[in-house]
Amino acid sequence: MGLNFDFIVKYLPWYVDAAILTVRVAFLGILFSLVVGIICSAVQYYHIPVIRTIVSVYIEISRNTPLLVQLFFLYFGLPKIGILLSAETCAVVGLTFLGGSYMSESIRSGLESVEKSQIESAASLGMGKVLTMKEVIFPQALAVSVPGICANVIFLIKETSVVSGIALADLMYVANDLIGLYYETDETLIMLVLFYLIILLPISAFASFIERRLRYAGFGN
Amino acid sequence: MRDSGINVLFLGKNFLRLLEGLGVTLRISLIAVLLSLPLGILLGMFMTLKNPVSKAISRIYLEFIRIMPQLVLLFIAYFGVTRMFGWNLSADVSAVIVFTLWGTAEMGDLVRGALISIPRHQYDSAAALGMTKVQTFIHVVVPQTMRRLIPLTINLTTRMIKTTSLVVLIGMTEVLKVGKQIIDANRFEYPTAALWIYGVIFLLYFLACWPISMLAKKLEKRWR
Repeated sequence: MGLNFDFIVKYLPWYVDAAILTVRVAFLGILFSLVVGIICSAVQYYHIPVIRTIVSVYIEISRNTPLLVQLFFLYFGLPKIGILLSAETCAVVGLTFLGGSYMSESIRSGLESVEKSQIESAASLGMGKVLTMKEVIFPQALAVSVPGICANVIFLIKETSVVSGIALADLMYVANDLIGLYYETDETLIMLVLFYLIILLPISAFASFIERRLRYAGFGN
Repeated sequence: MRDSGINVLFLGKNFLRLLEGLGVTLRISLIAVLLSLPLGILLGMFMTLKNPVSKAISRIYLEFIRIMPQLVLLFIAYFGVTRMFGWNLSADVSAVIVFTLWGTAEMGDLVRGALISIPRHQYDSAAALGMTKVQTFIHVVVPQTMRRLIPLTINLTTRMIKTTSLVVLIGMTEVLKVGKQIIDANRFEYPTAALWIYGVIFLLYFLACWPISMLAKKLEKRWR
């Protein structure tokens, strides 16, 4: 197949803008997901009553519904009761709602992997709760959590592709637009794949690098 | 007017139509899962071979499928294949193909993980008992991998159900599209219909996936 390079050069700026939007939405969504995840996992780890129940209900709802449906509800449903959010805000809120539960589960599995004897030993050394968390639990939990967190980061970046469903001009939206307008399908799809690879490959490589480092530093292996 | 929006659900066959819409994506997920199971098991076994060529091929397949957003894969199958090979795939056929390719990759990786998790001494002990390779596989490897695999496979099903919601973006008439039709048809009589319809769709997906997730969690706990 002969590729139309004039077409590619002409519409490259569209893709660059769309990629910036994809990265921006993903970055904000991941950042807030981490915040939500840390809070939720802390609530569950310390067995804070009532809030803990709310957190587990949230986690079940968030993990068992598709992001696209969450976004449709936020973007088309909520304005009917006066909650009007811009498409980009919806995308970030939706991604946070979805990602928060995934992050929470990864962080919690790390926290729970730290054995009780470690905490008791810290207590017997006279360490307080904060100091135990900072010096004993956190560093060990991190090593267990990081691979899961990295997988979530990649998952969430991939999930941003559905924001085109609420008319945000991300990479998918531009590709759909160009296919509809000009029928240069090959070029459009090749560019789409390339741009996602440009965003995702370095992050995926970095994630496996970190994972290898962690395994190397692992306790007793 | 405030609570009138919910009534749109009970107009005519609206609720039934929504359920039928959900059925469209559930059917695609079910077909894709059923096809992915045997293919994924084969892929997983293929991946544990020591042959460098088979390793490279399966690795490239797995990495490409897993790094691309599923929506990109859908676009490639739906728009690209038509253009490149002249096959005019309908939206639901391309969806089944894409989700099977994706499911096979995910399943293959799960099977590979389960197979390599079996410690070497299990094989050695079986050999010491005079079991043949086939016997070892049937009586030692399969029962142990099954316990690990079944909960993960059930989880894959919920992921499949959630991901097939994307087919609306390649123009299939599924639950979100039906919802939109209902909202548009009742725009003037029920201005708040969107809240209720999308709320109900949200709930329907939850009701479809949650019991399956719970089952996976329960099995995982019991068989650990």
